[in-house]
Amino acid sequence: MTSFAEQVAQFMGPFVGRVPHNKQLGLRFVEAGDRWVELQLPFSPQFLVDPDHGVWASGPIITLMDTCVGMASMLSRGAFEPHATLDLRTDYVRSPKPQATVTARGECYRMTRQIAFVRGLAHDGDPADPIAHVAGTFMFAASKLAGGWQ
Amino acid sequence: MTNPALATLLREESGPLDLLPYAAMLGLSFERVAGELHLVMPFAETLIGSPGRLHGGAISGLLELAGLLTVIAAQPEGEALPRIRPVTVTVDFMREGAPQETRAAASITKLGRRVVNVHASAWQGDRARPITAAHINFVLDWPDQPPAP
Repeated sequence: MTSFAEQVAQFMGPFVGRVPHNKQLGLRFVEAGDRWVELQLPFSPQFLVDPDHGVWASGPIITLMDTCVGMASMLSRGAFEPHATLDLRTDYVRSPKPQATVTARGECYRMTRQIAFVRGLAHDGDPADPIAHVAGTFMFAASKLAGGWQ
Repeated sequence: MTNPALATLLREESGPLDLLPYAAMLGLSFERVAGELHLVMPFAETLIGSPGRLHGGAISGLLELAGLLTVIAAQPEGEALPRIRPVTVTVDFMREGAPQETRAAASITKLGRRVVNVHASAWQGDRARPITAAHINFVLDWPDQPPAP
C-alpha cells in the first residue's frame, strides 16, 4: 500500500464510523487498499421499510455504498481534496439474507482532473454472489488544475 | 407490502410515518399538498454526512420512500397490496443538502402492474431548485403470483 492509503486506513478508517449519519446506521470500516475500500453495515431492524416481507429500505445501502466509493475515490486521488457525489446508480440484483451484515467493496477505476469514476458491490457473505452493484461519479473542485474538459 | 394500515394512513391529510422502521429512523412525516404526497424530513444532527451537510445516503433514502409511498397511494383501494421493491435506483446530486428541513415528492412516469417507473425529487425551501433527484424502477410482486427471482 502507498503511504497515503496507509494514512487513510489508520486515520480515516475510524473516522468513517464517526460521521453522524454513518454512526446512526452503525457503519464501520473494515480495510482499504490503494484504490479500494471495504466497509460493513451490521443488520438493524430499523433498516427495513416493509417488515412483513423483510424488504430493506434503499437508504442504508446507498449510504453504505456512497461512503465506500467516496472513500475509494479519495484514496485514488491521493489527497484529502473536497469532493461531492455527482450521481450514483444502485442495481439490486437480489434481496439480502434475513438479518445479514452487508459488506461493501468499492473502487475507483478511473481518475481524471475533476471526476472520479467509481464502482462497487454489496454482499451478505459471499462477494461472488452480490446483493447490489453500484456505479457512480464524484466531482472534485478543479480550481488547481487547468486545460481539458474533464 | 401487505400492511393495510399504511394504505389507510396515506388517505389522511398528514401524519407521521412511524409504521415504516426506516422512515421512523429518519423522523419522516407526510403531508398532502394540493393532492400531492409530500414527505418531510426535519433536520437532525444524525443526518449529517460531511461537516455541515446532509448525508447523500439519507437524502437518497428519503427519495426512495417518496417514490414507494406514491406507488402505494396509487394502488386500487381495497385490493391486497403487492410486495414492492426497487430494482434500480439512480440518484443525481445537484446541490448540497443544507442542515435544514428537506421535502420530497415523486411522480409516476408509468404505472404498470408489474413495473412502476418513478421520478422523485427533494428540495429545501424552493422546489424549483431541487437538491437531489432520483429515477427509480420498482417491481411489484402480487400475492397471487410467485415472487420474481
